[in-house]
Amino acid sequence: MDLKDKLVSSFMAFENTVDIDAPVHDVRSEAIKTFEDEGFPSKRDEAWKYTSLNSVLKHDYSVFPKQENAIEYSDVKKYFIHDIDTYKIVFIDGKYSSHLSQTTHDGIDVCLMSAALSKPKYRLIIENYFNKAATKDGLSSLNTAFSQEGAYIHIPKNKLVEKPIQIIHFSTGNESALMLQPRNLIVVDENSHVQIIERHQSLTENPVLTNSVTEIFTNKRAIVDYYKIQNDKQSASLIDNTFIKQKRESHASVHTFSFGGQLTRNNLNFYQNGERIDSTLKGVTIIGDKQHVDHNTLVHHIEPNCESHQDYKGIFGDKSTGVFNGKVVVDKIAQKTNAFQANNNILLSDKASINTKPQLEIFADDVKCSHGCTIGQLDDSAMFYMRSRGIPEKEAKALLMFAFSNNVLDSVKIPEIKQRITKLIANKLGVSIGFDL
Amino acid sequence: MLKIKNLHASVEDKAILRGIDLEVKPGEVHAIMGPNGSGKSTLASVVAGKEEYEVDKGEISLDGEDIEELSAEERAHKGVFMSFQYPVEIPGVSVTNFMKTAINETRKAKGLDDMPANEMLKMIREKSELLEIDRKFLSRSLNEGFSGGEKKRNEIFQMAMLEPKLAILDETDSGLDIDALRIVANGVNKLKSKDNAVIVITHYQRLLDYIVPDYVHVLYDGRIVKSGTKELAHELEEKGYDWIKEEVNA
Ligand SMILES: Nc1ncnc2c1ncn2[C@@H]1O[C@H](COP(=O)(O)OP(=O)(O)O)[C@@H](O)[C@H]1O
Ligand SMILES: [Mg+2]
Repeated sequence: MDLKDKLVSSFMAFENTVDIDAPVHDVRSEAIKTFEDEGFPSKRDEAWKYTSLNSVLKHDYSVFPKQENAIEYSDVKKYFIHDIDTYKIVFIDGKYSSHLSQTTHDGIDVCLMSAALSKPKYRLIIENYFNKAATKDGLSSLNTAFSQEGAYIHIPKNKLVEKPIQIIHFSTGNESALMLQPRNLIVVDENSHVQIIERHQSLTENPVLTNSVTEIFTNKRAIVDYYKIQNDKQSASLIDNTFIKQKRESHASVHTFSFGGQLTRNNLNFYQNGERIDSTLKGVTIIGDKQHVDHNTLVHHIEPNCESHQDYKGIFGDKSTGVFNGKVVVDKIAQKTNAFQANNNILLSDKASINTKPQLEIFADDVKCSHGCTIGQLDDSAMFYMRSRGIPEKEAKALLMFAFSNNVLDSVKIPEIKQRITKLIANKLGVSIGFDL
Repeated sequence: MLKIKNLHASVEDKAILRGIDLEVKPGEVHAIMGPNGSGKSTLASVVAGKEEYEVDKGEISLDGEDIEELSAEERAHKGVFMSFQYPVEIPGVSVTNFMKTAINETRKAKGLDDMPANEMLKMIREKSELLEIDRKFLSRSLNEGFSGGEKKRNEIFQMAMLEPKLAILDETDSGLDIDALRIVANGVNKLKSKDNAVIVITHYQRLLDYIVPDYVHVLYDGRIVKSGTKELAHELEEKGYDWIKEEVNA
């Protein structure tokens, strides 16, 4: 039985494990029908031309979590940002781990999707926001059909949440192959500010496929800074579907650091529903082996006087492949839009490749839109210059690559994250120099 | 210290150096002059270990050790330094960061620990004062947006930081006004000792008024066609290179 059939036929069994009276029951039923119609995307779909899911769909995944598995904090501490105080919402094989988590209901709600979906006090928020930003494509619908667990974050108005929130999904490999469908909902009300760090981490070599949906709503003048750390095992793949609906004067930024995993697809969508909105999408991708990272972004400028800033850097070694597909839509009434997009890449080997494609659909006439993409190699003359000063080849390469990706790190507001990313980059490049100057 | 014997080098099958012999002893200053395109920069790059150039024949040794097979960084660790005619811009790497990395990698190669931060800072302060370099300059990206003169001054600052045994200065004087020239020359002279050596590549006599050479060589068409003392430099300044070309072609 192929994975699609297995998922469709598992839906009934899944529904029996969750609360069938919950208001989302109808949404789920609707969604499984959509998935049944749409199925998984194939290379025939324009948006999936350069990313084939065939190799990750072939495993016999266990499709929804059944048992609770435990892990010791000391074994996984390194995957946390642990040098600062944070809230934590941690899942092990798709099940909530109260042991590793630190949630709160003290003025803000940092807790579980499963609770939010079933308890009456969250009903209004769920009705107003759940599945209101996600598109109805096959993958998102699949996630919606199986949506049960994930992070639920609601920040009421005028709250500056000092502690960042970490959302971490571990998979233990206790199932020989596991498919996860985490579902996050983040609602940030007027004038509030929150910082979120998200990570998916497999702990063994058993195949894991994560199809995640995150919906984020930033109300008037809210600020959300979101950091995605993607450095998973070679056997793990991630399809990340993130939808951000912004209201007027809000700022939202998503930084995506992709350093590992077999296949990573980031569908990152911003919708600007108001004036003077600022959206930032940045990413550093450094991969090798046969890894594949695909950034598929959309910024929809719906109202006038808004800005968007996209800056993605990619470094591709060995036989790795990258895709950048950045779509910017500026509606007719969205005058005075400033939309910037840059995608710069370095290929370290002649077997590595990147497909980069900006897609601008501009219907307003008084706008500033720019885009640029470059694909290059490391500069030989810069390499010789550095080596002639005593910096060995490997370190010189690393320093150049770090310098190349550095301006994406400039906008990271949490110093501990910056340090961690810097270390991950050094690690990835196989050098021990700390680029911390 | 440096011995070059019958050196032939080419790039993409094009012969550039066609039999160079040169010996530089500790404490000496050599000047290499010659028309554009004669191979001066190539000679400097080959000694510094630029892989683009193929050494077809001949030997290069430093303190009796063959260095042809060594990488550029290994030569740097042994004390070879080249001030670039065209220093390379490296966006995103500050001058300070670059120097710290260069010094600590060189120390690592010698089995030493990193230089303590306060020592490093002190050294940076001293050497930047020596070359009258503004502190703000040091946090800028290496060579990015520097004027011609700033780039050259920065090269000598790096030389001062690395304290090489053999420094090859490739047209360090071009792009410098007279004040900057004096500062740079003064820097080089302060670093001179009986144990190190300098090769100055230049078109003009004027730098040699400040950095006084023991020997002057004329490089033409990939060969050293004439050697002499500093008087030769004066003669070249006066008469140009045509008489040398005629002599060679005769
Ligand atoms: N990388 C290179 N590729 C091709 N030709 C080169 C290269 N480097 C030097 N040359 C050629 O070799 C000759 C000598 O160049 P160069 O060493 O720069 O001379 P100089 O420094 O004396 O002006 C010139 O004809 C130059 O064009
Ligand atoms: Mg030259």
